[in-house]
Amino acid sequence: MTVTINPATTHQLSRRSFLRVSATAAGGLLVSLYLDLPLPAQEGAAPKAKAYPPDAFVHIKPDGKIVITVNRLEFGQGVQTSLPMVLADEMDADWSQVTAELAPAADVYKDPIFGIQMVGGSGSIAHSFQQYRELGARTRAMLVAAAAEQWKVAPEQCQTEASVVHGPGGKSAKYGELAEAAAKQPVPATVKVKDPAQFKLVGKNTRRLDSRPKCDGSLKFGLDLDLPGMKTAVVAHPPMFGGRVKSIDDKAARALAGMQDVFEIPLAKGTGVAVVADKFWTAKQARDLLKVEWDLSSVEPADSGKLWTQYKELARTVGNVAVSRGDQKELDASSESSRIVAEFEFPYLAHTPMEPLNTTVRFDGDKAEVWAGSQFQTIDQMAVAQTLELKPDQVTFHTEYAGGGFGRRAVIDSHVQREAAVIAKKLRGTPVKLIWTREDDVQGGYYRPMFAHRVEIGIGADGTPAAWRHVIVGQSLVAGTPFAAMLIKNGVDSTATEGTADTAYNIPNFHVSAHHPTPNVPVLWWRSVGHTHNAFVMETLIDELAARAKMNPIAYRLKLLKPDAGKLRRSLALAAEKSIAWRGKLPKGHAWGVACHEAFGTGVACVTDVSIENGRPRIHRATIAVDCGLAVNPLTIEAQFQAGVAFGLSQLMAKGAITLKEGRVEQRNFDGYTPPYMGDAPVAVDVHIVPSTEAPTGCGEPPVPVISPAVVNALARLTGKRYRSLPLTAV
Amino acid sequence: MKKLYSLPAAICVVLAVCGAWSTGPALREATAQPKPAPTSRMDGLAAWQQVYSVLTHPRCINCHTATNYPQQGDDRHRHFANVIRGQLGTGVPALRCITCHQSANADSTGVPGAHGWHLAPLSMKWQDTNDKILPSSEVCRALTDRSKNSGLGGPGLLKHHTEEPLVLWAFHPGRSIDGTMRTLPPLTHEEFVEATGKWVAAGMPCPQNK
Amino acid sequence: MESYKLTVNGQTREVTADPGTPLLWVLREELQMTGTKYGCGIAACGACTVHLGGIATRSCVVPVSLVGTRPIVTIEAMANDPVGRVVQDTWVAQDVVQCGYCQSGQIMSAVALLKSTPKPTDTNIEESLGGNLCRCGTYVRIREAIKAASQKLK
Repeated sequence: MTVTINPATTHQLSRRSFLRVSATAAGGLLVSLYLDLPLPAQEGAAPKAKAYPPDAFVHIKPDGKIVITVNRLEFGQGVQTSLPMVLADEMDADWSQVTAELAPAADVYKDPIFGIQMVGGSGSIAHSFQQYRELGARTRAMLVAAAAEQWKVAPEQCQTEASVVHGPGGKSAKYGELAEAAAKQPVPATVKVKDPAQFKLVGKNTRRLDSRPKCDGSLKFGLDLDLPGMKTAVVAHPPMFGGRVKSIDDKAARALAGMQDVFEIPLAKGTGVAVVADKFWTAKQARDLLKVEWDLSSVEPADSGKLWTQYKELARTVGNVAVSRGDQKELDASSESSRIVAEFEFPYLAHTPMEPLNTTVRFDGDKAEVWAGSQFQTIDQMAVAQTLELKPDQVTFHTEYAGGGFGRRAVIDSHVQREAAVIAKKLRGTPVKLIWTREDDVQGGYYRPMFAHRVEIGIGADGTPAAWRHVIVGQSLVAGTPFAAMLIKNGVDSTATEGTADTAYNIPNFHVSAHHPTPNVPVLWWRSVGHTHNAFVMETLIDELAARAKMNPIAYRLKLLKPDAGKLRRSLALAAEKSIAWRGKLPKGHAWGVACHEAFGTGVACVTDVSIENGRPRIHRATIAVDCGLAVNPLTIEAQFQAGVAFGLSQLMAKGAITLKEGRVEQRNFDGYTPPYMGDAPVAVDVHIVPSTEAPTGCGEPPVPVISPAVVNALARLTGKRYRSLPLTAV
Repeated sequence: MKKLYSLPAAICVVLAVCGAWSTGPALREATAQPKPAPTSRMDGLAAWQQVYSVLTHPRCINCHTATNYPQQGDDRHRHFANVIRGQLGTGVPALRCITCHQSANADSTGVPGAHGWHLAPLSMKWQDTNDKILPSSEVCRALTDRSKNSGLGGPGLLKHHTEEPLVLWAFHPGRSIDGTMRTLPPLTHEEFVEATGKWVAAGMPCPQNK
Repeated sequence: MESYKLTVNGQTREVTADPGTPLLWVLREELQMTGTKYGCGIAACGACTVHLGGIATRSCVVPVSLVGTRPIVTIEAMANDPVGRVVQDTWVAQDVVQCGYCQSGQIMSAVALLKSTPKPTDTNIEESLGGNLCRCGTYVRIREAIKAASQKLK
C-alpha cells in the first residue's frame, strides 16, 4: 500500500509526513476514526512527537530474559528479528537473551506514520526504525537511572553493555536485577539515540529469532490454533461475486457425525452459507454435500474476454490525468519510424499465501477475542467490533504468525474477519475457527486488478524518449473506501499509476492518465501494488529504446535517469559492477537482461542471466543491487531479495493468471493457478547492498517489480520478440 | 511352454514365409492352451483396433508418455507439481509416484491409486514428445517388440492386460478432485481382455502404416 | 467412523475417523500434531509431506483407510533423526525460512532426498524439491542448505 507522503527520511517523525484528510470527502469522518493524525484544521502544526511507553514494548524478566514486542505481523519479512535488533542495540541488551512476540491490537502499536496498526507499504523498518531506537534508548535511560539512584551516582557516570550497567568504582548491576526499579522510573520525554558508529547489532548479519520453531513444527500459525471447545467453520461462497443464497438443502450435510450447524450469513457482498462442525474435514465434507440454490440475478458477471475488449478500447482514449508536463505536439508530429506504440496486458493475480486464510473468534456477549494473522489489526478489530456490536476495546485481538500475506491479509473490508465474527456471534461462547480452503482462496477475489496499458513514445534524435503518452486502465483499489481521500487525486488512484507517473527517467513531455472501470471483481494490493505492472511497462520500453539507440541498456538508463535519482543510480552502478565479469562470458544460448526500479523509497537494479529451456525462461543467475538507506539486518535484506524475486516471477508463470468466464473464476487451486516452483526461480541470486547512512527504507516489496522485466529483457535479446502480455505463455 | 521358445530359427523363417504369422513363437505358446478357433488376420486386426482404442485412451496413455513426465486429465496436460519420471519410472526420492498415489483410489481426495503406481518405460511410449498419439501401426509394433516390451510374448501380453493392477485401474479409475468420475476407456475390462485374446490368437497382426 | 491403529513417530496411536479423512487431518485434528501443514489439499504444494513407510508422502491426499501398518514419521520427529537434525540445524544456521509455513514439508522432502541420495547434485535437488511450493520464494537458500547439509552428513 502506498501513500502520497515521504516516509521518515530524517531521524525524527517527519513534520511533513502526516496525512491530509479532507473533511468533506465521503470517507473523511471514518478515516479520522481510524487515524489519530491531525485533520486539516491543524495543518501546519507539527504532530506531537509520540513518546511510546517502553513497558508496552520491552519486558525484562528477573532472570535477564528480554521479550520485545513487535508492532507488526511477522509474515516472512523478518520484522520479529530486525525491530528487536534496533531496540536491543539502543538498549545495550545481551542479544542472546532476547526473544520477540507479536503485539496484539492496541493504540500504542499503531504505525507511527500511518496511524493504524498494520504492516504493508514496506514500512516495518522505514516507519518504526526511529520509534524502536527511541524505545531502546528510553529503556536504557530508565535502567541507568535506577542503577544510578541505587548507587547514588550521576547517570552520566554509568555505562551499559550486554545487559549490564557499570558504575564508578567497579559497581555493576544486571538488567534483570534492575528491571523492577527501572519500571518505577519516569519515562524520559526525550532521549538521545546512538551515533550509528556505536551500533553493535544494527548493520550486522543477524540470524532470525523464529527459525528453530519454524523448522521443527512447533511454531503455531493461525491455522494451527486449538482452543478448548473450539469448532471449525467453512463458508460456501456464491459462484459469482455478490450472489445471494436462495435456498439451502442441508439434509445430507447435517447428517454427518460431528456437524454443528448450517446457516446463511451476510458477506461483504451478497450472502453465503456457514457450515460449522467439530473438525475441518467434517465441515468441508458437509459443505460438499450442501445443495445451495444461488440468486445470481442481480450480479454482474465479469468476464475476462469482455473486459479486455473494454479495457483496450478505453486505453485508446485519454483518462483522468495523473501527470502532464510539456506537450505532446512532438509525439503527434513524429513519424512512425521514430515512434513506439505499445499495448500491454496484465491479468488478475491471486496472492495465494501458503497459509490459507483463517480467523478464530470467540464472542462472549460483552466481549470477544480474535486470533488472526492480520496485516491490518486496527481495521480488523474495528470490523469485528462492529459485527458483534461491541466497542473495539471490548475486542481482544491477538496477532498470530502468518504463513505469508503479500497484501492478502490487509483488507479494508475485513471480509474474512467479519465472516468469522458473524459465525461466532451465532455460536456465542464457543470459539470458532473459520478456514478458507485453497479453492476458496483462489476463487475468492481480492486480486491484483487486471490492467491494460497503451503507450506512445516519440523518440528524439538522440534516441531518448522526447515525448511519452501513457494510458493505464484498471480498477481502483480504494475508490469508495476511507483510503480514497489520500490515494485518489483528480480521479486517479495512485496505486494504479505508481511506477510510471513518478518515474525517475527524464522525459520532458510526459502525459499519464488513467481509467478506473468497475467490473464486479473485488481487488486488493498485491506485493508492490502498482509497481507490479508499471515497472514492467517502463523497464521493457526503456530497454526497447536502448536497443533502438544501439546503446548498452545500463548505459542508456544511466543517461536517461534524472541526475538526482540517487538510489537508482547507485544500485544500477553497483549491479553493473557486480555482474560485469559474468556478463562478459555468457555461454551460447544465454543472454543478460537488466531492469531498475524504485519503489517505497528503495532503489533496486537487477541483472539476469537467462536461457530458454523447454520453452520456458531458465534464470541461471540474478545479480541484484539495492539502495535502501541504512541496512538494519543485511541478512534479512539478502533473504528478502533472493526470495522476493522468486515471488515476483509469479507474473511470468504460464499458469499465472486468474481469469473469469461469465462471472466465474476459471481456476480452482494450484493446478490451475500455478505459482513459481524451485525450477521457475533463479538458480542463484547474489545481493549487494549499497553502503548508506540514510534513513532505512523498506525491502518487502522492492524485489518484486524488477525481476519480470529483467528476465523478459534478456528473453527479448534471445528471441528478438517483444513480450507485452502477461503471463508468459509462449516464449 | 518353454520348449517352444527354443525352436530353431530356420523353422521361424519358413513359417514366416508362409505369411500366416507375424510372430512365430507366439502362436506356439497359444497351442499350449486349449486350442481356440483359428482367428483370421482380418479379425485379428479388428481386435487390435479395439485394443488400440483402449491403449490410447487418457486413462492409459497418460502414463505411456515419451517425455520425462506423466500426463493427467482427459486433455492429457502435463501432470502438476513437476512430478517426473526418474530413473525407474517411479519418480525421484522426495517426489515418487507413490508420494501421492496409494494402492487404491482415494475418492475422498481425488487421487487415483493402484498397487505399484509408476510410469510405463519409454520403450512403451504411445505418443511422441509433442503429445501426438502414435499411429496404430507404430504402437502395435512397439507392443510386440520383445526388446521393448520387457520380453513379453502373446500370453504375456494377455496376462498383462488381464491382471496388471495399473491396467485394471484404468477401468475403475475413481473420482476426480472436482467430484466427477473419471472417464472410462471405450471398452470394459472384459471386452478389452477378449479383444486382446482375439488379437493374440490371430498372431498379433499389426496394421501396415496406419 | 472407524478405528485405526497408527504408528506415529514410533508410538502407537489409536484414532477414530471417517475412512476417507486424509492422514493430514487425522494428524492435525485427532492427534493435535500441527507441524504438518495444510497448503492446498490436492498434493500440489508439499506442505503436508510426512514419511510413510519410509517414503516422502503427501498426507493431504492419503485417506487414513489406506495407511495400514506403515509407520508414519512427521516433522516433529526430525529433531531426533540423524539426518533430520542436521537438516534442521543447517536450515537455522543458514536462515532459510521466511514465513516458514512451507518449511515442514521442505524439510521432510529434503530429508527423504538425503536419506536416498546422500550427495545430491543440483539436478537431484531440483528434481526432488521441485514440487514443493514456497510462496515467499526461499528456493535459493533451500538449495544451498541442502548442499551444506549433505556436506555435514559424511
